[in-house]
Amino acid sequence: MSDIEKRAITRRGFLKAAGATAASTVVESAHAITKDLRDSANGPAPLGPGAVPFVLHVNGVPHSISIEPRMTLAEALRDTLGLTGTKVVCDRGSCSACTVWVDKVPTLACMTLAIDVGMRNITTIEGIGNADHLHPVQAAFVKHDALQCGFCTPGMVMSCAALLERNPNPSLDDVKHAISGNLCRCGTYPKVFAATLEVAQDRKALSRPVSTSNGKDA
Amino acid sequence: MQNEELELQQEKSPEQGKTGKDAPVHVPHKKDAHANPAAPPNKQASVAKRTDSFLYGIPQLGLSRVERQVPLNEPPPMPANADLKYLGKPTPRYDGVAKVTGAGKYTADVYLPGMLYARMVGAGVPHARVLAIDTTAAERYPGVRAVHVIQHVLGNAELRDPSKERPSRYPIVRYMGQPMAAVAATSQAAADEAAALVKVQYDPMGFVVDRDAARATDAPSVYPGPADQGGTAGGGGGPANVPQVGNVHGPERKNVGDVARGFAESDVVVEGEYYTQVQTHSALETHGVVADWKAEELTVYASTQGTSSVRNELSEIFKLPKSKVRVITEYMGGGFGAKFGAGNEGVVAVELSRKAKAPVRLMLDRREEHIASNRPDSHQKLKIGAKRNGTLTAIQLTSYGTAGVGTGAGTAGPATNMYNCPNLLTEEYDVFINAGPGAAFRAPGHPQGCFALEQAIDDLAEKLDLDPLEFRGRIDDSPARKVERQIILEKTDWRNRHRAGADPGPIKRGIGLSQSVWYRFVNLNSSCEVRISKDGSVELMSAVQDIGGGTKTMLAQVVAEEFGIPPQSVVIRIGDTRYPIGPDSGGSVTTGSISPAARNAAHQAKQHLLAAIAPSLGVAPDQLEFKDGRVSVASDPSRSYSLRQAAAKMPTDEVSARATRVPDYTRDKITYGGVDYVELAVDTETGRVHVERVLGVHDCGRPMNPLGVISQINGGILQGISYALFEQRIMDRGKGYMLNADLENYKILGAREVPQIDVILIENYIAQSSTDAAGIGESAGIIALAAAIGNAFYNATGVRMRRLPMTPARVLAALGKTDQEMHA
Repeated sequence: MSDIEKRAITRRGFLKAAGATAASTVVESAHAITKDLRDSANGPAPLGPGAVPFVLHVNGVPHSISIEPRMTLAEALRDTLGLTGTKVVCDRGSCSACTVWVDKVPTLACMTLAIDVGMRNITTIEGIGNADHLHPVQAAFVKHDALQCGFCTPGMVMSCAALLERNPNPSLDDVKHAISGNLCRCGTYPKVFAATLEVAQDRKALSRPVSTSNGKDA
Repeated sequence: MQNEELELQQEKSPEQGKTGKDAPVHVPHKKDAHANPAAPPNKQASVAKRTDSFLYGIPQLGLSRVERQVPLNEPPPMPANADLKYLGKPTPRYDGVAKVTGAGKYTADVYLPGMLYARMVGAGVPHARVLAIDTTAAERYPGVRAVHVIQHVLGNAELRDPSKERPSRYPIVRYMGQPMAAVAATSQAAADEAAALVKVQYDPMGFVVDRDAARATDAPSVYPGPADQGGTAGGGGGPANVPQVGNVHGPERKNVGDVARGFAESDVVVEGEYYTQVQTHSALETHGVVADWKAEELTVYASTQGTSSVRNELSEIFKLPKSKVRVITEYMGGGFGAKFGAGNEGVVAVELSRKAKAPVRLMLDRREEHIASNRPDSHQKLKIGAKRNGTLTAIQLTSYGTAGVGTGAGTAGPATNMYNCPNLLTEEYDVFINAGPGAAFRAPGHPQGCFALEQAIDDLAEKLDLDPLEFRGRIDDSPARKVERQIILEKTDWRNRHRAGADPGPIKRGIGLSQSVWYRFVNLNSSCEVRISKDGSVELMSAVQDIGGGTKTMLAQVVAEEFGIPPQSVVIRIGDTRYPIGPDSGGSVTTGSISPAARNAAHQAKQHLLAAIAPSLGVAPDQLEFKDGRVSVASDPSRSYSLRQAAAKMPTDEVSARATRVPDYTRDKITYGGVDYVELAVDTETGRVHVERVLGVHDCGRPMNPLGVISQINGGILQGISYALFEQRIMDRGKGYMLNADLENYKILGAREVPQIDVILIENYIAQSSTDAAGIGESAGIIALAAAIGNAFYNATGVRMRRLPMTPARVLAALGKTDQEMHA
């Protein structure tokens, strides 16, 4: 069984959606087609191509925003909500820098349309801890210097923290597997391994859960 | 001959006040390690000096003391790390919390009120004259606020004689994706869509994207005449005014002694050809800026390795006084040599901001990032002669490499500077092709050069029937590497390694090692201000940037050590040209250049504090001493005050001091390096190479923060494995595209390919500055790993890999399991 249950929003599904919304002319024809379908079969009402009102549940807070349906979750978080801790690096699902949790499942925000998230709860790097109350994984990253330039770090933290949520006692190989999609160009991996394993060890010693109160929705 | 070059090198040394576009190149084509660019110019010899006694040497070889003449206001010599409280101690990153919480604002995270988003238009053909550019549709697109057509492209080589080319209204397109124009709009989506509407009419010319093909006399010419490209503060660039025939630019020739005589005197000769690939920087944050043009000041947030280099270039291009250009780099998502100066994206963003009268953000997309810069490839022919007694008699290296439309593919650094050899001839050629320009990339030229040199040295050892490690001991003068080799012997199973190819099964294991060499460069454009406020708080300010190496942390440690207060209590404000100037972070200069300025400023601020409070304590300033974070009266130890209590006695609200880097104390020849040891397994059925363990033993003067230094060495080692096994730019020879300009098909090492890594740092006191520190970025493993893997591969299989990357297909070909070798 795979250690990582990626969300059901697959790249293929995304590309299908993107293909239908890539250019405005195509969007208009898709719109027309959808409208026809709805008229004929009472399908769901089409959204867009212009901005539509939408509620995004992020870090336990509902945000009423207005976004174009083609907007990715990463764009909505960064451009609309100003949550810039989520980084965009490859913008096509190759590097995991944009990893957030959707209902606690690590998800690539650059490959997810914001409106596809619906009412589900999003947790970002800003939501799992802050300077006053670091998540244990964040604290261990600082202690072990599991970061250099820091651009991959939020995604790494989200992947490692999610691993510990679903597997409290990971092996080194489990950690490698959990971040096998997270690219780091500075080469922080060895210390990411050490930090994550130490959190698991510490928790075992203290017999307390990893989750912090900050991740309300986590 | 060598002495003449020594003088030349010193006159061009980086501390002579030049930065930015015209900055003297640190290394790539100036590989004379016998020069010490940090040496003081003669004209400064008249500064009043005193004599101090300094710690000197490497603990494992026994520390000694040397006397140095130092300027009168230098702080006292610093003791060994073991006797310090904060320096040399593993110290968590100053901005670690900001980075792990996502609070740190990178350039890509800057949002200014009314900010526009921009996208560049890249050339759609690899080589053409541009007949017309029609921006009408883009300008009319909803949300578009400004369109700019580029008049001059940065990064390409420049024709020595521009009249060789028919005048053109637009820059000649010389590579696919070359920046042509840019659009700024109210959203990124609108900018992207409008950029696609810019219509360019081309008059295509023949093109070539393959290094070997470009060398042919009938190959299409990338430039119609000789052309040169300058370097940056991080290196890159090639020699100017060398011969050029067709696309072949060079040679840059270095000749010491007489190699013909050297080979005649040799008992054993090895000769081989080696090929390395183009590697792209792939920093996770792409190049980019947020530019805000205002009449009173131009403000630019830049993802750069040199705030000063960006300011210099923008000041020059826009004819603005430097005093009206502000560059800010608070957090920076990696550069590795690619990010100096404003770049095309920086200049274009400023143009768009000026036109639109609004701030403009322009970050390259991932495809543009891959095309914007790279480490040049190489084809090297290396021949080395030695005597039976294990001394070298001659080294001859000829290298051809392509930096695309740029230059700087030389690889002779290691061959020139690692070992003792009386006769040396190196000839380096750049080959122009229609591909994006090369740039400095972590130890420019050295991973390539080492891949050839260190495998040849192993071959030579085998022919001489010597242990490769012992052989290196005979030809290498470096005391640091001597210690490093000894540590490898002690910490590994080196002595019991099997003969090449001895494993019987399909999985063959092997061990190997390689050495590296890098140089001491100092940039005197390194200043800090240290401020003490009446509440006892301490701040340091400098324009120097932290590109991930940990500069902020190191500066906090330096100030903390001087005041005897914890590093986390010092506030570090850097990455803003409003502060005193800082060095560009290239060539491993940052720590060695800026840390003495930080210490000297802290030391002087402390003296100012003592002078300010002495009257209220009723003593002379020289009666006060500052030790372990407390100020006390020498004659009455009971009168002792904490920093906060002492500062409260100041008659004014603050005291401050500013210090600038003074030249190194002597003109000694100094290099740095390391020895990297590799254990690997080769699956001879699948062709996969698994690196299982690396031991890196490295030196960088006085290690300031071992925690951060080891992080950098881990990174260099992993980049080196990635370079050796996975990374490769692939060009479409039919169309001229880079086929894998993304992070999916351009393979970079990931977590599953990370071996066990152990790092041992040695201390190497050189008595050259008030901190004796040096950088680690270049010598951190990237130089040696491909060669060490090559040597371990040979030990595993008995077969030499002379071509990178060592993909399964190449491995199987080299093992004779497929019919033909794959060519890059």
